[in-house]
Amino acid sequence: MKQHADKAADFLRNEARADWHDEALWFVRAKRDKATHGVPEWETLRELASGIKEHTLSNLDGYLEQFEANARQNGVYVHWASNAAEHNSIVHGILIAHEVKRLVKSKSMLTEECGLNEYLAEHGIEVVDTDLGERIIQLKGEPPSHIVMPAIHLKKEEVGELFHEKLQTEQGASDPKYLTEAARQHLRKKFLAAQAALTGVNFAIAQTGGVVVCTNEGNADMGVHLAPLQIHSMGIEKVIPRAEHLGVFTRLLARSATGQPITIYTSHYHRPKAGGEMHIVIVDNGRSAQLGRQGYRNALKCIRCGACMNTCPIYRRSGGHSYGYTIPGPIGSILTPGISLERYSNLPFASTLCGSCSDVCPVKINIHEQLYNWRQDIAKAGHLPVAKKQGMRWAGLVLARPKWYGAFGKLARWAIRRLPRFMLYNSLNLWGKGRDLPEPPEQSFKEWYHKNRIKK
Amino acid sequence: MKVGLFIPCYIDQFYPQVGIATLELLEKLGCEAEYPPGQTCCGQPMANTGCERDAIATYHHFIDTFQAYDHIVTPSGSCTYHVRKHYDIIEQTEAVKKVRSGVLDLSEFLHDVLKVSSLDSRFPHRVGLHQSCHGLRGLRLGSGTERVVEPNSKLEALLRLVDGIELVELSRPDECCGFGGTFAINQPDISVKMGKSRIADHESKGVEVLTAGDMSCLMHLEGIIRRQKKNIRVKHIAEILNGAPL
Repeated sequence: MKQHADKAADFLRNEARADWHDEALWFVRAKRDKATHGVPEWETLRELASGIKEHTLSNLDGYLEQFEANARQNGVYVHWASNAAEHNSIVHGILIAHEVKRLVKSKSMLTEECGLNEYLAEHGIEVVDTDLGERIIQLKGEPPSHIVMPAIHLKKEEVGELFHEKLQTEQGASDPKYLTEAARQHLRKKFLAAQAALTGVNFAIAQTGGVVVCTNEGNADMGVHLAPLQIHSMGIEKVIPRAEHLGVFTRLLARSATGQPITIYTSHYHRPKAGGEMHIVIVDNGRSAQLGRQGYRNALKCIRCGACMNTCPIYRRSGGHSYGYTIPGPIGSILTPGISLERYSNLPFASTLCGSCSDVCPVKINIHEQLYNWRQDIAKAGHLPVAKKQGMRWAGLVLARPKWYGAFGKLARWAIRRLPRFMLYNSLNLWGKGRDLPEPPEQSFKEWYHKNRIKK
Repeated sequence: MKVGLFIPCYIDQFYPQVGIATLELLEKLGCEAEYPPGQTCCGQPMANTGCERDAIATYHHFIDTFQAYDHIVTPSGSCTYHVRKHYDIIEQTEAVKKVRSGVLDLSEFLHDVLKVSSLDSRFPHRVGLHQSCHGLRGLRLGSGTERVVEPNSKLEALLRLVDGIELVELSRPDECCGFGGTFAINQPDISVKMGKSRIADHESKGVEVLTAGDMSCLMHLEGIIRRQKKNIRVKHIAEILNGAPL
């Protein structure tokens, strides 16, 4: 399997495109900065949100049961799924019971995580993603590259080409307004024909038994209001204790995600519509294991704003697909090792540990510290490449011994000064791939100090 | 005031002038700076690669070398951060606690301990300040653009004491340069690309000299500058504060 470094190198081969990708995401980061700096109590809000999540995660069982009881009281069917397969088969079961052949979905990273679309397609059910970005990548047959802006890696010309092929728009058309209108007309038909609507969940309120979905396109409402059957899939970490806590999160979410003060739609679903049916599927899929991991549990505080991706200098220059998981970027790199330490062992290394992710995070997840800790766990579990492991063992031996260190340093300086360029710059020297080596001096600081301070 | 001087391994070997500038600057400001000759490294290269167990002997060596000093000053935010933050895996003896709380980045020491308010140095050039990440976000040497706090920067405050200096404003004032320790060789393509972006920002603002609190960032950036034959020089902040001619 190709590692992050290789996929990033592939992405960077088209440097102009990489620059465009970087700028597009930096633009969102800059919008975020502007929006957050307009809220003087921003840091207090972050602290509060982090605290509410901390408390909820520490009492998750109780709040989930409270949520379930209140939702049932509202006439909602509540289901529990311990993993992705269970989630998919529960959703499938509900759809079979209602003889549903056409389902519209509003954005849900959880169903991406569970592979629901593929599963339902195999069982003859048409699933249409109705978020514009999601629909674009669904038509293209690609996974999302970002959790908030799933098609951010595509240029408008490429979307125009895709729409020409799939939605019969004019050839060569790339005007965003024209393309959006075409998608709107196309989706309108799908909404009207749908027999069921499925949404993700941003927040589930234990006190009221209701779920809250934040969208900018109103597609969650369009789906839910038109179809007689509504299903909401949520991870166990989505619950918050009380309705009054919601405002803390909605103020943080959109500002962090896109720089908007709030998403255009904040939809509250508490009970089925007259004559309709409402189901909520609560999914674990590895989350309770994560909750049990000392030092990593607060990754579950994540509200999926994507700010850590927009700020990450590596994400911006490697594209989301380089991470090989539904949730890319810094947050993905601390969630994935919990799913498979071996498979995702390279992701915590796709970082310079610059710490920007932790500082933009609206719920104060210590992302860069967790990246550091995962590296330790990965090494302990024996998943480091042999060369790296041996190299570090030797470095550890040399750097603990002043005499070895002095001799080794002298040798390295001599080699860089004296060896011909072809011996210094070759495929073994990864530093030299795009950089020159330092020009080493005749004497080290230590030697200088000895001559100029001790001998004097 | 007596301080222990820690000169990080790569500065010792490749950039002795930075160590000399640090020492001279401390001496000028009335400190008695001692350089314990047995010193090597803080152990960060191993630890950041996931091998902190391989760094334990180096940690102990560092503690043994510096435990006699109340202040341990080093021209590196990154090494300071490492000792303060990550020496938690060894037994927390009195010596370990003393060293961890006594270690200070040079700018931090000048700004917070000596409270330097004037410098006898001149540097009449257009200078771009690269905010090295571990100093900025690890030691909070500055506010950073992510958080909503009163903007501040200890490095900038110190540089403003230098006569003739012209500090430029960057488009992205605190984006990482892409060095990241072993990241630089484990993910060389993206590391270099990040460095190129930073250099382009400085270049577009007409920067003559790019400075930082960490020479490791500058080693990486200088490597790219030299490979691409750009007309920008790099200097550690200690050299500028010490009044080194260009």
